[in-house]
Amino acid sequence: MTAAFRLTDSTLRDGSHAIRHQFTVDQVRAVVRGLDRAGVEVIEVAHGDGLGGSSFNYGFSRIDEMDLIRAAVDEADNARIAVLLLPGIGTKDDLVHAANIGASVARIATHSTEADISHQHMALAKDLGMETVGFLMLSHMVASGDLLDQAKRMESYGADAVYVVDSAGAMTIRDTMERISMLKHGLDCGVGLHAHNNLSLAVANSLAAIGEGIDQVDGCLIGLGAGAGNCPTEILVAACDKAGYETGIDLTELLDVATDVVRPLSPNQGVIDRDGLMLGYAGVYGSFLLHAKRAAEVYGVACDDILLELGRRGIVGGQEDMIIDVALELRQAADSSDAPR
Amino acid sequence: MTACVIMGSGNIGTDLMYKVLRSYTLDLRALVGIDPDSEGLHRAADMGVDTSASGVKWVIDNADSINLVFEATSAGIHRSHAPEYERLGITAIDLTPARIGPSVVPGVNLKDHLEAPNVNLITCGGQATTPIVAAICRAASVPYAEIISTVASNSAGPGTRANIDEFTETTSACLEEVGGAGIGKAIMILNPADPPIMMRNTVYCGLADGYDPERVVESIVQTVDNVRTYVPGYQLKRAPVFENGPFATPGGVVQTRVVVLLEVSGAADFLPAYAGNLDIMTAAAVRVGEALGAARTGGRT
Repeated sequence: MTAAFRLTDSTLRDGSHAIRHQFTVDQVRAVVRGLDRAGVEVIEVAHGDGLGGSSFNYGFSRIDEMDLIRAAVDEADNARIAVLLLPGIGTKDDLVHAANIGASVARIATHSTEADISHQHMALAKDLGMETVGFLMLSHMVASGDLLDQAKRMESYGADAVYVVDSAGAMTIRDTMERISMLKHGLDCGVGLHAHNNLSLAVANSLAAIGEGIDQVDGCLIGLGAGAGNCPTEILVAACDKAGYETGIDLTELLDVATDVVRPLSPNQGVIDRDGLMLGYAGVYGSFLLHAKRAAEVYGVACDDILLELGRRGIVGGQEDMIIDVALELRQAADSSDAPR
Repeated sequence: MTACVIMGSGNIGTDLMYKVLRSYTLDLRALVGIDPDSEGLHRAADMGVDTSASGVKWVIDNADSINLVFEATSAGIHRSHAPEYERLGITAIDLTPARIGPSVVPGVNLKDHLEAPNVNLITCGGQATTPIVAAICRAASVPYAEIISTVASNSAGPGTRANIDEFTETTSACLEEVGGAGIGKAIMILNPADPPIMMRNTVYCGLADGYDPERVVESIVQTVDNVRTYVPGYQLKRAPVFENGPFATPGGVVQTRVVVLLEVSGAADFLPAYAGNLDIMTAAAVRVGEALGAARTGGRT
């Protein structure tokens, strides 16, 4: 029986946010080995913010991502290794480097209104013979018709599939089905969903998308990822089994690697705390969470005030520097209201 | 007066026209494009500026009366024009990413390149952040500098969008070569918020031990004041802050980083005030044009 959709596991890319980009080569090997045994076809490895993301703004990688990609390629017997690239952060040189060491799927991500900045990177990925996937981040911020226009641009640049990416974990089941169905009907290429769990809807949204005939779905073991986490791969596979959607993936093997390798890295992953929920509620980019927690602590202001202000300002993915700006502004406001009159 | 021409009647060329017309030492002879119906050429004609849609041919025909050309076309076009300008003895101020001549930033290294036949203005983010990196490098040792430049989506034209790597690579190199950082990294973000956001630039510099924070801040504040003499909308959004690491930068581990949050609002000459990215390029171009012009006329202006 053929699988109802293709699963891409992003524990080693999106999950990198949750552990502040501190993955080691041994951890990467252990995760890849487990996922490969379970039958996961595509495994994404990179800095959480994509190739070239190691920086002051997003956090420095403990180990150079190219070394992690090389280890993943070496460890995988069947799975193919994917990389993420955000134009403006990573460059074509980074993509060539990743392809040279064996990455074979290129996922090119832009904000959901800025697809045209992906043109040169997608064209390069096709030239390099890579499977090319478009990633429209913060898809909840635009109406489904506008999202389709952007997706069509990516398709015209050669994308083999375009993803609806709920980077803020802000989409309800209806939001998801509307966008997936719009893309499924309007595109000839494949369609994917990358869900986050800030409103506890990642698995439900993914199942709804599978019901709409989606081609690709992302997950991360134990949900390890930005914000309150991603769609947990092992729960998605279990739920698909119950719902009668074939995945071709061995649940026991997934549970072994999730429990033995990934759970110890982040014991509290899966708890949707006040700040995690606030991301989904305010529609704020999930990767901001740990940076906002840190700034809240350093400047003595409330983390959810930071997140709400970022939402009000319409800050998009990549603008982590504005977290410091907002924290300083809140600090200044608090100081001036405390001042003696 | 220095006789000059602007090549390119798009956003940059048209915005530049307004600023050149306000210069006391630059004499704008024409705005030259290739599309007679472009808004830029219409605006120029309305303002009494000579226009032509015959492209580089206009420069060749009028070479005797021109000292300076501002190139606001594209990198590819400038590469084909540059040898022509050189042959004609016309100095080129290049606002495209072609990088044929040295990169110049007013207040940092302009005085080193006054005799160059062709100078490059890097990128808007490079003009906005390199002065700050250089200011910090004057007061401390900076093994690694990083900048985040965020512009309103509708202020980034099709050329920028199609070649975003040119922005990141050119700007990164400039942070090292002109700014003085050991290693430089540039990131560009487009923000589609409505109403559009002002251009924002954030500079992070890793600082080697032994710096004096007061000197660092003083150097930054002086530099901001200097940039404001040609870009009045350039400002420190917050006082610089020092944050503690350690940070494992590509230039080595540092214990501290200084964070400088900048905003640039434009003069709203052609695009609205949010497009500070346009202004910082065109205002820098005028400053460079005036200096190169003065050097060629022996200081007579």
